[in-house]
Amino acid sequence: MAHVDVDLKNVQEQFTFDGKLKKNVLLIGGIGVVLFVLGAIFLMMGGGHDDHHAAVQHATEVASVASDGAHGDAHGGGHHGEFHWYQRIIVDFWMSGVFFTGVALLGFFFFALQYVANSGWPTLIMRVMLNFRQFIPVGGIVLLITFLVGSHTIFHWTHDGIADPNSPTYDAIIAGKTDFLNVPFFLFRMVLFVSIWTFFGFILNKVTKAEDQDMSGTTKYFRKAQRLSVAFLIFFGISESITSWDWIMSIDTHWFSTLFGWYILAGWLVTAVAFMSLFVLILQDMGYLKLVNENHLHDLGKFLFGFSIFWSYLWFSQFLLIYYANIPEETVYFIDRLKSDTYAPLFFGILVTNFLFPFFVLMTRDAKRKTIMMKIVAVVVIFGHFMEYCLLIVPGSLKENGGFGLTEIGTGMIFLSIFLYLYFTGLSKGGLIPQNHPMLEESVHHHT
Amino acid sequence: MEKNTNYLVGVFGDQDILVKAVKALRKKGVKIYEVFTPYPVHFLEDALGYKRSWMPRAAFGFGALGTTCAILLQSWIMGYEWPMIIGGKGFIAIPDFVPITFELTVLFSAFGMAGSFFVSQDLKPHKVPQIFDRRQSDDKHIMAIDLAKNSLSEDELKTLLQEVGAEEVNNKSFTEREKKASFFDYVSDLFTKGVTDSARELKG
Repeated sequence: MAHVDVDLKNVQEQFTFDGKLKKNVLLIGGIGVVLFVLGAIFLMMGGGHDDHHAAVQHATEVASVASDGAHGDAHGGGHHGEFHWYQRIIVDFWMSGVFFTGVALLGFFFFALQYVANSGWPTLIMRVMLNFRQFIPVGGIVLLITFLVGSHTIFHWTHDGIADPNSPTYDAIIAGKTDFLNVPFFLFRMVLFVSIWTFFGFILNKVTKAEDQDMSGTTKYFRKAQRLSVAFLIFFGISESITSWDWIMSIDTHWFSTLFGWYILAGWLVTAVAFMSLFVLILQDMGYLKLVNENHLHDLGKFLFGFSIFWSYLWFSQFLLIYYANIPEETVYFIDRLKSDTYAPLFFGILVTNFLFPFFVLMTRDAKRKTIMMKIVAVVVIFGHFMEYCLLIVPGSLKENGGFGLTEIGTGMIFLSIFLYLYFTGLSKGGLIPQNHPMLEESVHHHT
Repeated sequence: MEKNTNYLVGVFGDQDILVKAVKALRKKGVKIYEVFTPYPVHFLEDALGYKRSWMPRAAFGFGALGTTCAILLQSWIMGYEWPMIIGGKGFIAIPDFVPITFELTVLFSAFGMAGSFFVSQDLKPHKVPQIFDRRQSDDKHIMAIDLAKNSLSEDELKTLLQEVGAEEVNNKSFTEREKKASFFDYVSDLFTKGVTDSARELKG
């Protein structure tokens, strides 16, 4: 405790990505592939056949409930026709892709936020935040390919003739949204946003790495990074919202929620903070980040605790208004999830993992300062939010044919492995500590 | 009124010297009555060996009390006392209760914390503050040592304080009035003198 006397010229650490960590990362991917293949085989053999049968009945019920409402479209039943096993895999890829791309983006957003907020405490772990950016372009490419292959499976609005009044599948509500929701514009937004995020990641990385080499003690690079971060945050604010409508909300095309962008932001952000805490603890276990102590961990813990509550607040705000107003065109979204044997356990499960668990476990000061508590909560929160993505994406596209099973977990682990591999590879390039950062000293002496 | 020296008051100009002094004195077995600083000094609480406050636990308790009261109140009103159907929901519809439960939890917690703070700091209307040195809210750190609670003599303590870096060492005693504030005096003063701060000596 007390004062740490550190020679700031001599704090640099060089991370190498090999040995046990690399083995474990690849092991996660390996297990993921095995689970994925097993799950796919079960699906191919028609393991879900009985479910499917029951589901058709159920979907009709749901549809009849929905058609009590104003527009009375039988959205639940017919559109998707018969179900093929590969449809579920396409949706799984979309789900994991969106989840991990979002986490990567929000981890990088958190990095830029520290510059804009002029905050000194996290300087020692800035590189841990910065390297989230590594997954953004890869995730973008995976999502692009998934969209090109399976857009009809995932997105109802991409079907032919949906905006054509003479077509039998004409849908007036979707037709009214085609100015925004059409394939060329969707692809344009997707490519534009992902490339600009990648660009900001690239250039901010360059600036902070250049600072490492600059021994003159100026704040030139710091100010430059700050200006770039402001620009990024402005772009991020707009693009993240639009992305959440595009990638997630447009799956349930008829339905909309005005706080959806916020809600998605909160979910991604809390997961990114959970990953961040986990990375810091993993690096410390390996003997890196010697100057990071329980005070820094305490701050990460507060963010994890706070953003968990923030997510719950937005989740509930969205739910309560729809539940209370009871307007059929809005409630259909929750009927799909609540009146379903497949999704109802998940629906309540994520409240436990994403709200109750972090809320009660991380409430005390001591818990936030203990590495084991933080590890447990971070893992539970990450898994909880992954389940949330199943709930956000699968019911809208697959109805009762989806679920949270082997293929979902398998795909998630494959993506996690790629995410970790890219992350740690990025971390091993250049030093682990931003050496000439003007706020390094403040971070070293940080005390809560 | 007769004054008797009760406290030794060390005046420190620098926070680092202060923290080191506190550690050094405690190592020698000196019992420090209290340290006053114009701003929060990091690591001072650790050096003084203070335990963590019971306030967070009180906050949780009051919060839990608020949650319980809110749920009982709403269930009783909406379920038994005056049942109403709103939006086709059941009489006791838990999601509807969440906002009010949340607000009452915060309210109970906030009021409870304010009250707890007054209790923990012994703040009351008739409180007469014991001010060791008026510079404690300006530019000096003040360390007070209760002579009665230490086995060392006054002179020994004085030398010790100077050794660890005190700029001045003064004696300080309090009037009976300051030592033992009386609610009766406070009320009678209100009637006889009006609202004044006559009980406090305002001179340095």
